[in-house]
Amino acid sequence: MSRSFLGWPAFPQASEREVGNRQLRENVRRATHTIRGKRAVLAAERPDWEQLRDSAAAIKDQVLAGLEEHLLRVEEKVTAAGGTVHWARDAAEANRIVTDLVRATGEREIVKVKSMLTEEIGLDAALEAAGINARETDLAATIVQLGDDLPSHVVVPALHRNRTEIREIFAREMGRHGRPAPEGLTDDPAELAEAARLHLREKFLGAKVAVSGANFVVAETGTLVVVESEGNGRMCLTLADTLISVVGIEKTVPTWQDLEVFLQLLARNATGERMAPYTSTWTGTVDGDGPRDFHLVLVDNGRTRALADPVGRQALRCIRCGACMNTCPVYERTGGHAYGSVYPGPIGAILNPLLKGVDDSQTASLPYASTLCGACNEVCPVRIRFTDVLLDLRAQVADGGQHPVERAALGAVGAVMERPAAWKAAVKGAGLVGPLLPGRTRLPGPLGGWTENRALPDVPRESFRSWWKRNEGERA
Amino acid sequence: MPPNAPRSRTALFVTCLNDTLFPGTGRAAVTLLRRLGVEVDFPAAQSCCGQMHFNTGYRRETARLARHFVDTFADYEEIVVPSASCAGMPAESYPLAAEAAGDPGLAREVAELAPRVVELTEYLTDRLGVEQVGAYFPHRVTYHPTCHSLRATGLGERPHRLLRAVAGIDYVELPAQEECCGFGGTFSVKNPAVSGAMNGDKARHVLETGASVLAAVDNSCLMNIGGRLTRDGHPVRTLHLVEILARTERDGPLPGLPVVEAVR
Repeated sequence: MSRSFLGWPAFPQASEREVGNRQLRENVRRATHTIRGKRAVLAAERPDWEQLRDSAAAIKDQVLAGLEEHLLRVEEKVTAAGGTVHWARDAAEANRIVTDLVRATGEREIVKVKSMLTEEIGLDAALEAAGINARETDLAATIVQLGDDLPSHVVVPALHRNRTEIREIFAREMGRHGRPAPEGLTDDPAELAEAARLHLREKFLGAKVAVSGANFVVAETGTLVVVESEGNGRMCLTLADTLISVVGIEKTVPTWQDLEVFLQLLARNATGERMAPYTSTWTGTVDGDGPRDFHLVLVDNGRTRALADPVGRQALRCIRCGACMNTCPVYERTGGHAYGSVYPGPIGAILNPLLKGVDDSQTASLPYASTLCGACNEVCPVRIRFTDVLLDLRAQVADGGQHPVERAALGAVGAVMERPAAWKAAVKGAGLVGPLLPGRTRLPGPLGGWTENRALPDVPRESFRSWWKRNEGERA
Repeated sequence: MPPNAPRSRTALFVTCLNDTLFPGTGRAAVTLLRRLGVEVDFPAAQSCCGQMHFNTGYRRETARLARHFVDTFADYEEIVVPSASCAGMPAESYPLAAEAAGDPGLAREVAELAPRVVELTEYLTDRLGVEQVGAYFPHRVTYHPTCHSLRATGLGERPHRLLRAVAGIDYVELPAQEECCGFGGTFSVKNPAVSGAMNGDKARHVLETGASVLAAVDNSCLMNIGGRLTRDGHPVRTLHLVEILARTERDGPLPGLPVVEAVR
């Protein structure tokens, strides 16, 4: 069975484990700082950067406001171009559709590329259960799959691995899944890339069926778009006889003119490149060129749930550039696995609860996986206000009654704070008791985490209000 | 004068944290503002802005504190706050709290009051129009721009300009200063491991500057970073910006701190 995020612990527990992993922290710090720097330079290069962000947000909001109409247009155009459109309400339905489509071809080994959504719905496990082996072909996804690992970033799924670890994975695993790594493979990036090229080339040439995702679907022509760095996506999209693209319903843009805005933003913001090396577009099927059979599986899986949330729906603008996680100080210390989803970092902290609800402890912990520092707001190409959504989701968690003790405690504190006499007595009490606490005091219960890492501040004997009263009070 | 009329048009909202744990910040604010000719009042009914409640998800509870805040400060023309994160509450969060509580009356009163609530640094530079406040502080100082002051309040260069104008100061920029210290209110309690890791990096950057004082405009963040520095045995002092700005040549150097040669 391939690994999955099923049953993943809540963020505080999962992140504690990751924070303690020094190698991981160093890998993530190095990678995120590198991309952060490149992105900053290329964003600053565009005088119209802020306007591009405005346009992108506006286009996405327009799509979301009339999503049904745009999707029906996609269906009409894809069908007219020779493709087949399937609608999947949830993960189970999507997995069943794809499994049935692959089964109908009789193929047992297929290739996959550029699809976080198939990770979200657990497609690999579903195919595996049906006796179908799906091999990843995106380089980073290949590293993750060969290492029986999980993705930790939306653009660079193996960001948590350094090249020494990648060399070990290649040397150990490639031979078990096809062409082995060359003898004497070192951790030189060019050698690693060549090893991957040889291993994957065999897969591309042998596969009759490919499963892909898509970055965008242009409604006016029914065209799918994949943006990538390696060209492996293009191999999948063009060499297979049957292409099955599994795409979230929020990926729609109305026109090619709208697409232009996103293509200017995406690579700059994702990888710090002016343009991605490969932008592939395809519309249905064409005789004698590319797949003979094309299927588009449009997946909801919680997206209409998110769409119904008036504050949270802006998360569906996301184009998966990963800039929010590259800039996030929390992600920098935890890496992506702590978030328990293929969507980690700030977008994961809002998107997962929006897609799945906040009824379980894992998703309910995610809106609190942030200091609300707001660094993500500043880099988002579609102007998602992460902090607004995080705060709104926290209110949903609190209203859901998941933290009864916390609610009672904060309620009691609030009741004191809104009564001047009670508050005055509380401040006075703190000044009497506080100075008696020894400097190395450990706080009990849920507050213990504070004193584990920090000394408590000294509590002054005289509060500000006492000082004011002593000096100014007579004037009252 | 009617019994409840404010004695001054300007109120100090000292914040609950400063009132109990950092009264020196409140005293310094009063000292500095008086020196600049502003007589502040301290309405004693004030307590807490409710940020902890709001940021943890308790909006109806926040609305009750918002009501209390509005009632306490309604009669003042300006409300000065020595905390960027608390100063932002009325404008950013009270409208949402009022909405959650189904209280349009509160929302209206908040909309009327919020523009009069101003963070202390911004009050100095933008309302009073001063950068040179007559301060003297002959020590090496670095400054952490707290996330709220940087991204929500948008103080930008203001605190740096105020610090550079202090006589005798040896002001050094903090490396990676725009990165969060890891406090995040209840984040530090709910996610102590991550918070501690962020704070450790921030403390390391502070030490790299060789400063004997770390300043900021939020004592909550300073309590976080200072707590780490103290636990690790480093003698760096944390001080709210206003406690530096309030000191004059007559006060002399701050006792216990290394004095730097004046570059004047």
